Amino acid sequence: MPRFRFKERSVLPGFGLSLGYALFYLSILVLIPLSTLFWKAGSEGWPHFVNAAFSPSALASYKLTFGAALLAATVNMFAGLLVAWVLVRYSFWGKSLVDALVDMPFALPTAVGGIALATVYGPNGWIGAHLAKWGVNVIQTPIGIVIALIFISLPFVVRTVQPVLQELDAQLEEAASSLGASRWMTFRRVLFPYIWPALLTGTTLAFARAIGEYGSVIFITSNIPFRTQITPQLIYTRLDEYDTAGATAIALVMLVVSFALLLFINALQAWSRKRMRG
Amino acid sequence: MKITVRDITKRYGAFTALQNVSLEVPQGKLVALLGPSGSGKTTLLRVIAGLEAPDSGSVLYEQDDVTQRAAKERNVGFVFQHYALFGHMTIFENIAFGLRVRKWKNEAVRERVMELLRLIQLEGLEKRLPSQLSGGQRQRVALARALAASPQMLLLDEPFGALDAKVRADLRRWIRQLHDEIHMTSVFVTHDQEEAFEVADHVVVMNKGRIEQEGAPDAVFASPANAFVTDFLGHVNVFHGRIQNGRAHIGTEEMPMSFDVPAPQNGADEGAEVTAYIRPHEVDIDRVSHGSDSMFAIVTRVNRSGSTVKIALVAQEGQLPLDVELPHERDAELGLVVNDRVWVYPRQVRVFRREEAAQSGDAKIAA
Repeated sequence: MPRFRFKERSVLPGFGLSLGYALFYLSILVLIPLSTLFWKAGSEGWPHFVNAAFSPSALASYKLTFGAALLAATVNMFAGLLVAWVLVRYSFWGKSLVDALVDMPFALPTAVGGIALATVYGPNGWIGAHLAKWGVNVIQTPIGIVIALIFISLPFVVRTVQPVLQELDAQLEEAASSLGASRWMTFRRVLFPYIWPALLTGTTLAFARAIGEYGSVIFITSNIPFRTQITPQLIYTRLDEYDTAGATAIALVMLVVSFALLLFINALQAWSRKRMRG
Repeated sequence: MKITVRDITKRYGAFTALQNVSLEVPQGKLVALLGPSGSGKTTLLRVIAGLEAPDSGSVLYEQDDVTQRAAKERNVGFVFQHYALFGHMTIFENIAFGLRVRKWKNEAVRERVMELLRLIQLEGLEKRLPSQLSGGQRQRVALARALAASPQMLLLDEPFGALDAKVRADLRRWIRQLHDEIHMTSVFVTHDQEEAFEVADHVVVMNKGRIEQEGAPDAVFASPANAFVTDFLGHVNVFHGRIQNGRAHIGTEEMPMSFDVPAPQNGADEGAEVTAYIRPHEVDIDRVSHGSDSMFAIVTRVNRSGSTVKIALVAQEGQLPLDVELPHERDAELGLVVNDRVWVYPRQVRVFRREEAAQSGDAKIAA
C-alpha cells in the first residue's frame, strides 16, 4: 500500500483540478451542512447542550440505536456472506432472480420495507401470528427494530463480498485440498483471509447504514422513550417540540460517535488489508 | 509408488476430454504428458490427483483403487502452473501448510521447512510473502510446499509454463536433478516437446483425449507412431502425394519425386493419398541430381547463426517451401548462396495415409 503523498506523478493530468473539485464537492454537500450542527448545537449554551444530549431518554436511545445497528450488522456479516457464497458458488434455477432480490432493500423506499415488515411480523401477520403463539412479540419491541435494520442493511455485505468471492482462484482451494486440508480448514485458513477485508468493509457499511435508519423503523415501533425510541426518532420528536438546539445536540453526539466508529473500523480494515496483502 | 490408470473417460458436456485412457507410471519414474492444448493431458493429471472425478474407469496407486477418494486423502503433491501460493502467508507458512494440516509439532515443522528451504535454495527468504518473490522462486516454493508432507508422488501441471525462457531452462534442469536425488514417482504436463524430452524418462504424447504414443524420449523421437506425433514433435516439412507401384510419389507430373514407403505404413493401397513428413536435419543438399529420390529447389535464405545452418528453399517453381538444416561442415563444402539451384534429397521420410494425417489437423510445415 503506497504511503500518502500529497502529489503523485501520474499518467493522467489534472490532479490539482480533480482534487480541488472533490474537496469543494465534499464541502458543499457534507462538511458545511454538518459543521452547522456544531454551531447550532452550541447556540443555547453548554448546560442546555449537556442536558439535551445526555438526558436519560437520549442515552437510552443511543444504546438502542447503536446496539441494534451492531446486532443487525453482525447478523448480516454471517447471512450476507452466506448469500454471497451461494450466489457465487452454486448455480440453481432462479439464481438471477435471487441476485436481483438482494438489491431490493436498496431500491425500495424504506417506509415500504417498514410497512411490509409490520404486516408480516404483526400479531395477525404471516410470521407474527406464529411467533405470538410462542409469546414473542416483534412489533413494538427492540426485536422489530433489529429485524428492520437487518432488512435494510443486507445488500451491503452481499455486494462487497460477492466480487471478492468471484475472483478467488479455484486453484487455491485445490492446492489446500491436495495438501490434505479439510473443507473447513481450507475455508478458515485459505479463503477467509482473502474475504475478511471485504467482509469487514461490507459490515461497516451495513452498520453505518443501520445507525442512520429511520423510515422503516417508525412503522414497526411507536416511539416509546426508553423502550423502542431510536435516536433518529428522538431527534424528530425534539424538532416537533420546537427544541432545535436540543435536536442538534443529540444529532451532534450521533455524528461524533458514528464518525469515530467509522474511523476506527477503517483503520482496522487498512490494517487487516495490509496484513493480508503485504 | 506405481500409478495405474485404467480406461478413464471424462466428459464436460458434449466435449470429451479423455476417452478410454489407460496408462501405467512405473515407480520412481519421471513421466511427461505431452500434447497440444485441449488434448486432455491436464485433465488426466487432475484425475490422477483426485481433483477431477472421471465418468468411468479407475485410478490405482499400487494395488489400491483410489478412484472414489478425494484429493485430500490421496497424499499427493500437486504443483500448479500459476503456483497457487497462499498470498497472505509467509513462505514459511506456505511450505508448512501441509504439515500444520497434519498437526505436526512446531519443532518438527520448523526443521522440515528449513530442510526444504535448503533444498530449493531459498534459505533466508522464509519471512517473505509470495508477492515479494520472482516467478521462478515462487514455483520452487510451490514445489517445496507440495513435497513437505512427503507425498507418495509428485504431479506438476505445466510447472514452467508461466516462466520466461532462461528461468524455465534453469528450473527444468533443477527439477531433473531433484528427481534424480529423491526418486519420487512424478508426472508433469507440458505442451513443449523439447521440455518433455529433456526432463522425462518416459514421454506420453496425447491428442484429442487419447494417448497417441508413449515410450522413452529417444524411441518416440526416432520412430513416431503416426502422423500426429510426427507433426507434433518439432519442426517438420510436410508433403502430400499418392501411392504408385508401392512407392509414395510426392510432387507434380512435371516435377515428380518418390520415396520408399516405410514398412509399417505399407498397408496403403495403390493410389491412396498419403502425407510425407521430412525433418529438416534429415535432408541433404547437392548440386547434382540423385534421380527420382531428389527434388529440384532454389535457395531463398541461408542462416548460419545457429549450431546448424538453416536453409530455406522453394521446390517446384515456388510452389513448395522447404526447410533444411545442414552441419556447418557440409555447408562449407557446398558454399550455398541465395538463388542457388540445387537438388534436395531426404535421408529419411515418414509416410502416413492421408485420413490419419487429416485427423491431426491441417498438414503443413509445422513449427
